[in-house]
Amino acid sequence: MDKNIIERCGDELYNALQHRETIAPITERYTDITLEDAYHISLRMVENRVNAGAKIIGKKIGVTSKAVQTMLNVHQPDFGYLTDDMAFSQGEEMPISERLIQPKAEGEIAFILKKDLLGPGITNADVLAATECVMPCFEIVDSRIQDWKIKIQDTIADNASCGLFVLGDNAVSPRKVDLSTCGMVVEKNGQIISTGAGAAALGSPVNCVAWLANTLGEFGIPLKAGEVILSGSLVPLESVQAGDFMSVSIGGIGSASVRFT
Amino acid sequence: MGNLTTEQIEQLAEHCENAELNAYEITKITDDFPQMTYEDAFDIQWQIRRRKEQRGHKIVGMKMGLTSWAKMAQMGVEQPCYGFLADYFSVPDGGEIKHDELIHPKIEAELAFVTKAPLKGPGVHIGDVLRATDFVMPAVEVIDSRYKDFKFDLKSVIADNSSSTRFVSGGTMKDPSELDLKNIGVVLEVNGEVKQVGAGAAVLGHPASSVAMLANMLGERGEEIPAGTFIMIGAITAAVAVNKGDSFTVRYQDLGTVSGKFV
Repeated sequence: MDKNIIERCGDELYNALQHRETIAPITERYTDITLEDAYHISLRMVENRVNAGAKIIGKKIGVTSKAVQTMLNVHQPDFGYLTDDMAFSQGEEMPISERLIQPKAEGEIAFILKKDLLGPGITNADVLAATECVMPCFEIVDSRIQDWKIKIQDTIADNASCGLFVLGDNAVSPRKVDLSTCGMVVEKNGQIISTGAGAAALGSPVNCVAWLANTLGEFGIPLKAGEVILSGSLVPLESVQAGDFMSVSIGGIGSASVRFT
Repeated sequence: MGNLTTEQIEQLAEHCENAELNAYEITKITDDFPQMTYEDAFDIQWQIRRRKEQRGHKIVGMKMGLTSWAKMAQMGVEQPCYGFLADYFSVPDGGEIKHDELIHPKIEAELAFVTKAPLKGPGVHIGDVLRATDFVMPAVEVIDSRYKDFKFDLKSVIADNSSSTRFVSGGTMKDPSELDLKNIGVVLEVNGEVKQVGAGAAVLGHPASSVAMLANMLGERGEEIPAGTFIMIGAITAAVAVNKGDSFTVRYQDLGTVSGKFV
């Protein structure tokens, strides 16, 4: 893909984000777009955010469940960038009607790193050794692509459909919890809507973080100490709207809740 | 109130039990007896239980069925049911299950409660259950509806002992106060591949509420859950069909694993 087109697509997605508008799928207009092109578009989009004053505070991993991989016909996850203006605190109101377009909530485990991780060759043990703590998390994904009609390149270009996120009320050492079997319960407006367990994300959320470190390592980019890494949804996505209240609890880790306005 | 005669109850019990013992499919019995009530359905199940006891089998526990939202949606019913466990249903952890003895078996990840005090409904709640629980252990249930293609209604499944056929219990026991039963996670793997995941709350919001419901349902017949009863709470995950040669492992948060093989 031509550099100018990459920049134009990145700018277009950034404008869509700013104005809460959707655009036609990029894959419909540029049918030969590669995954690498898509990541360059994503980078251009986030550069726009950084130029406007946002700070990169971590990464998110997406497309980690078998169901979503099957839907998008891919066999690997993807990633996007987290910026400081995406982060909300436990119990805080989240103004999705002002910030997002077509939001969906997913329950995840967030990793807070205490050491850099630079692939290739990062194993599960390296990830655990570099993790300060894990926290319960809601990620509210959103798509700047019309009606979520995404192919894998569309979602990668669109910063892995990242929207906003909430970290919960507790942080636990990864030494204290089995991240593969820990259970997750998601409630919406007081009703349990789904349950899951760590293994829903590539067998373990730890595998997801190792994948990201190794993937970024190919480009010489490390995961840095202090960064927050959202490791991928453990339950099916749930559409949300202003007025909804959701909570997620994770066995051995804690809970997070969010009120949408 | 029942609408069937004692003779009809006995005939239907024999009909359903023969299908279990000889591993063949039958059509759902409400097709032929549309007037059947829930009481009739439980009468048939209790008659099957008596038939087994008369042949010298021991009843080793109880099970709840259709207790998860995933399961109720999968089967198109809106209410749980219970069944009994006979001695020959029990398979040791890591043991073999003979596929040919069954029709179209499926496996489900569950938990089992073992009681230390009797529970008698009505009015039994989660607090009563936790107080009366000696320990919790992991268990996998093999279900095998005798109905063709697993197509049934709630009355038919109750008469068929709620699809009970085999179970495997694990080797880890924990006091309920040591577990976060609502959030406890399970990962069901067949031949090393993750097939289903879930957490305890999938069973009626909390695993102990399933035991409370059993006590209350039995209370309607004047029965109780005696101390020392092994009770499987129902599936935390959707049921997974298994073939001859498949091996399975269910991993539990804080409760170890349960595994077995279909031969």
